[in-house]
Amino acid sequence: MSREERPEQERGASGPLDGPRGKRLSRREAFRLAGAAGTGLALGAGGMGVAARGSRAEEASPDAEAVPFYGAHQAGIATPSQHRLHFTAFDVVTEDRDELRDLLREWSEAAALMCAGEPVGDVGGAGFSPYLPPDDTGEAIGHPASRLTITFGFGPTLFERDGEDRFGLAARRPKALAPIPPMPGDALRPELSGGDLCVQACADDPQVAFHAVRNLARIGRGVVEMRWSQMGFGRTSSTSRQQETGRNLFGFKDGTNNLKAEDERAMDRNVWVGLSEGPGWMEGGTYLVSRRIRMLIEVWDRSSLDDQEKTFGRHKVSGAPIGREGEFDAVDLEAEGEDGEPLVPENSHVRLGAEGGESILRRSYSYTDGIDRERGQLDAGLFFVCFQRDPGRQFVPMQRRMAENDALNEYISHTGSAVFALPPGAREGGYVGEGLFAGA
Amino acid sequence: MRSPVLEKFVLGVGAVLAVAVVAGCGQTAPQGSGGEAGETAAETTAETTAETTAATEVGSTPELEAASESYGEYVVDETEDLVDATDRFTGAVISGDVERAKRLYAPTRVHWERIEPVAASLGDLDPKIDAREGDVPEEEWGGFHRIEQALWEENTTEGQEEYARVLMADVEALRTEVEGLDLEPSDPVVGSIELLNEVSAGKITGEEERYSHTDLYSIAANIEGSEAAFRSLEPAVEGEDPELVQEIDDRFADLYATLEPYRDGDGWVPYTELDERERRELSQSVDALAEPLSRVGQVLQA
Ligand code: HEM
Repeated sequence: MSREERPEQERGASGPLDGPRGKRLSRREAFRLAGAAGTGLALGAGGMGVAARGSRAEEASPDAEAVPFYGAHQAGIATPSQHRLHFTAFDVVTEDRDELRDLLREWSEAAALMCAGEPVGDVGGAGFSPYLPPDDTGEAIGHPASRLTITFGFGPTLFERDGEDRFGLAARRPKALAPIPPMPGDALRPELSGGDLCVQACADDPQVAFHAVRNLARIGRGVVEMRWSQMGFGRTSSTSRQQETGRNLFGFKDGTNNLKAEDERAMDRNVWVGLSEGPGWMEGGTYLVSRRIRMLIEVWDRSSLDDQEKTFGRHKVSGAPIGREGEFDAVDLEAEGEDGEPLVPENSHVRLGAEGGESILRRSYSYTDGIDRERGQLDAGLFFVCFQRDPGRQFVPMQRRMAENDALNEYISHTGSAVFALPPGAREGGYVGEGLFAGA
Repeated sequence: MRSPVLEKFVLGVGAVLAVAVVAGCGQTAPQGSGGEAGETAAETTAETTAETTAATEVGSTPELEAASESYGEYVVDETEDLVDATDRFTGAVISGDVERAKRLYAPTRVHWERIEPVAASLGDLDPKIDAREGDVPEEEWGGFHRIEQALWEENTTEGQEEYARVLMADVEALRTEVEGLDLEPSDPVVGSIELLNEVSAGKITGEEERYSHTDLYSIAANIEGSEAAFRSLEPAVEGEDPELVQEIDDRFADLYATLEPYRDGDGWVPYTELDERERRELSQSVDALAEPLSRVGQVLQA
């Protein structure tokens, strides 16, 4: 049943809400009630539960499925990656800590509704005041939940900017949340980098992901401003064994040797922040590093198949390591060809990725932002997103090795960079990030 | 019959996609960041205002009646001031005093900009008084911006005398229209938002005063007019939702603070002095205010 058809009373929190005196509630009040009532939002335990549960239902009706917003971990990390991404970084413009906290609460409440396939308040049907803009912007009416996930994070500048403790949070900043140091070859653009807050919206339907970001931005107007935004398509990294490996814009399978959400032990070891490393409010959370990586498509398309395969260390069509047959055959870094040269070249991408023994969960998307006016070429590439317990020990050394030696560097250029601390998930009635403010 | 919501999203590499959503019609027009697109959006805004202003009737309360009455007085006062100022401005044009005409141009237009949604809804005076080049066929183009072009592009008043006389007559006609005007409580509600949409949709790009670069006069006047409309409603809103009044007060204060550094004597610095970051800051500040302001309409259903 689509949202439009649903009878008024069943729509619960989404219907026109009447206050105690029969007065219409403001959008803010409407969220608060909806959040507190939690009508029909608890569809499962969230986090790992979702990933494990996902498969069969997903096959039956892949698009309609709602992923629970509430859970031990935030959704959108271990959740099998959806087809579309709409990522937005925000800067906080208020100086008032309470306004920031209230916004996070409103965001979680709105996110829970949208992830359940519900509008954020009234869409403006019969009986709605002709003098007010509807609460929800409406473009998702009739679109199913489409496995929408909304994931929130905090950037280093939220805790401290130019030496200033903006919200009295500096002492609570996790050590692991440090800016990514400059790397050789970086072509970073400040207007595509950083941010105080991030919202990662993923869904199988791009309009649903857009709707989520748009409505969150609207709710936040005056408290936060959009800093940069990236839309993504064609998920490149499979994050679950249930998924076929997708291909990136260079035509290679991407995600073959990724961490898989089903490996709970590997996830605990590499992705979820444990109790020991602190701070307490991050337990069950993780750190997101994003890199906007422009891919020089035109240059790549002129390179020979042999060059292309040696660049990655894998065969193009099968995805198998060079010299092997199956996509999932082990990468043997010792194997040599008849010429005595390693089959997986010294400067190939997978060797550099594997060599250090670090492990990260990659969850990237392809992007295109039209045409690069300077060169008249496609402005397209990879919006690289990865999750880990400690970027300083996982992403940073890995990226440094690649930045120094990767054969891929001939064809790519890193133009954006950001890091965010993603707190654990919220329980119903709570909100994501609550722990950061509790008792501080 | 709802006012348009204008959103701006920055997509990656400085590409700005402006989407004008005319709620209620379900009509969406994606537009590039170029001048043309902005104009179209601004026009949509103006047209919607006209319809809304003409066709809305609301069950009234004493507070709402007081609101439309006091807003009506404001509109009349500003129109009177517009007539006087236009008289001086057109006088300077006709007497060939380029410098004086340039000096008087922006301060005159302020009175128009403060009441633009109402003024633009009356008769067919808006295109005559306020059309920009290309808005109307070349042979019909007159009004403020025609003279603006001559003053700044060619540094002359030559050939502008007739435009000046017609402009004066049109502004007089506006006064006559305004005197017979019976405003509805929905007029200040719609007007307060329309005036900010004028800023978001068009003026922020600097295309309104494209020859004189006096855009900050128009922008500040739009904001002042928006506030005047809101103030007339404030007593009614206060009773319904005092928190909303507080929020709007704070956002007006933030917006004026954002404008403050650009003050120059009695007026404003040329808009060309604002860089991209400063224009964006101003635009964000306008959006931040417009969002709570768009909820003022709740008083109309009391
Ligand atoms: C445009 C940029 C990139 C492209 C096109 C790309 C593509 C690929 C491909 C095709 C593979 C092999 C299949 C697989 O195992 O998933 C791979 C593996 C991998 N990539 Fe990337 N990648 C890019 C950037 C990065 C970055 C920035 C990092 C992290 C710093 C990274 C880390 C890895 C890792 C860890 C592996 C697995 C290596 C292994 O253990 O076999 N990649 N990448």
